[in-house]
Amino acid sequence: MTRFSIFSLARNALTGHTGWDRQWRSSELKPDYDVVIVGGGGHGLSTAYYLAKEHGITNVAVLEKGWLAGGNVARNTTIIRSNYLWDESAAIYEHALRLWEGLSQDLNYNVMLSQRGVLNLAHNLHDVREGRRRAYANQLNGVDAEWLDAAAVKDFCPIINISPDIRHPVLGATLQRRGGVARHDAIAWGMARAADARGVDIIENCEVTGIRREGGRVVGVETSKGLVGAKKVGLVAAGHSSVLAELAGLRLPIESHPLQALVSEPIKPVLDTVVMSGTVHVYVSQSDKGELVIGAGIDGFNSYAQRGSLHVITSQTGALIELFPIFSRLKMMRSWGGIVDVSPDASPIVSKTPIDGLYINCGWGTGGFKATPGSGWAFAHTIANDRAHSVNAAFSLDRFTSGALIDEHGAAAVAH
Amino acid sequence: MLKITCPYCGPRDEIEFRCGGEAHITRPKEPGRLSDDAWADYVFMRSNPKGNHAERWLHVNGCRRWFNAIRDTVTHEFKAIYRVGDSPPADLIGPTRGTK
Repeated sequence: MTRFSIFSLARNALTGHTGWDRQWRSSELKPDYDVVIVGGGGHGLSTAYYLAKEHGITNVAVLEKGWLAGGNVARNTTIIRSNYLWDESAAIYEHALRLWEGLSQDLNYNVMLSQRGVLNLAHNLHDVREGRRRAYANQLNGVDAEWLDAAAVKDFCPIINISPDIRHPVLGATLQRRGGVARHDAIAWGMARAADARGVDIIENCEVTGIRREGGRVVGVETSKGLVGAKKVGLVAAGHSSVLAELAGLRLPIESHPLQALVSEPIKPVLDTVVMSGTVHVYVSQSDKGELVIGAGIDGFNSYAQRGSLHVITSQTGALIELFPIFSRLKMMRSWGGIVDVSPDASPIVSKTPIDGLYINCGWGTGGFKATPGSGWAFAHTIANDRAHSVNAAFSLDRFTSGALIDEHGAAAVAH
Repeated sequence: MLKITCPYCGPRDEIEFRCGGEAHITRPKEPGRLSDDAWADYVFMRSNPKGNHAERWLHVNGCRRWFNAIRDTVTHEFKAIYRVGDSPPADLIGPTRGTK
């Protein structure tokens, strides 16, 4: 692997950039692995990377049924923040944010983290109370958070409409200055390259069709490329988690929904922060290319189709225009959908399962991108040690039986 | 937008309806005798299939009545629509919980 640096850039510039290596190998599937990760998206690749880096486990395969990083890591709105209400959530998302802050150096790959601040708007008295409470809870947990009144919001984001006579007036917002956006593909490619350099095999076009067990223990997976032995198997398949878990006879507290996003035509810089509103379901930032990147809410029905209904986008762009009248004549260029795995308490599952050697990481719902490095880090620890780290211990599958839910509905600053 | 046929009102646009999630989840007859695992299965676990899914719909901006449907979660096609209390068409869906 060529290390990226100013010197390697200069050296390759002299040869017309024809001398760059491939960033990761095209691996052949081996018959046996210590760990098989099912799902080659952001969380799966990050799990493989931290298994190799933190635990020295390099005999690892990442099996991806389509192409690398073609699911939700390619489809999200790239927002990163850690301003969650509950202690357990603040711990895991803040852990992820701290990993993000050193990730470009760690991976030797520019993930283009831009800590431009995230505003979570309040539109009614309840939102104001909830937002202030969350900001104070964040401060107690060592997560940076501030409360801004409407005038301060306008000062921080001048194009926002704080007129009191709109349907959902802006009464204030929480601000996390360390929040922001990152390059969605870069974390997947960077993790793939770094994991591959440590010996991890990344196998694309390899669908898992069965999970082999002997005496209650996982011994391997059946795939479209044949049987693969594995001492441990980690399922990290976002919207398809229920389908995979069923192969092992497990039922999950997950329902898969479409979540849509869209981008506008590129315009000059007008929005230098991230604005989110759970009440009207708008999440917007401006990309480096100048496009507005806009996220919508989920469709109400279950779906595996990676597309949603137009009325969801219609109501969300209506709200966007009310908040930002300056956007009213923008053309939208593309819209798309992903399948998100929604859990009953809007919190993820990063956990052992009742089956020995089988682990599951799912339930990130509409907000998994921000957690990518933290999720992989915690899941790698859980797989390597056969027990959860304190950062993800509360996010067990067992909590739906014990009742110890982590209820982030609404409290997580967005409606799920 | 989906076109959904309410069994009482006929075909209407999707925005008149709200999806109420998986159908045929029956409340346990003796809740006091249920184990924690059985409670978890009743309250939280869902079949979430890729393919035919039995689900409840509410015609919320119409007759405000509930009905059941079998819908494909990949194509979004409604394969069957039937009234609450009726059994799901057996050829479209495997055994559902609560109908055994």
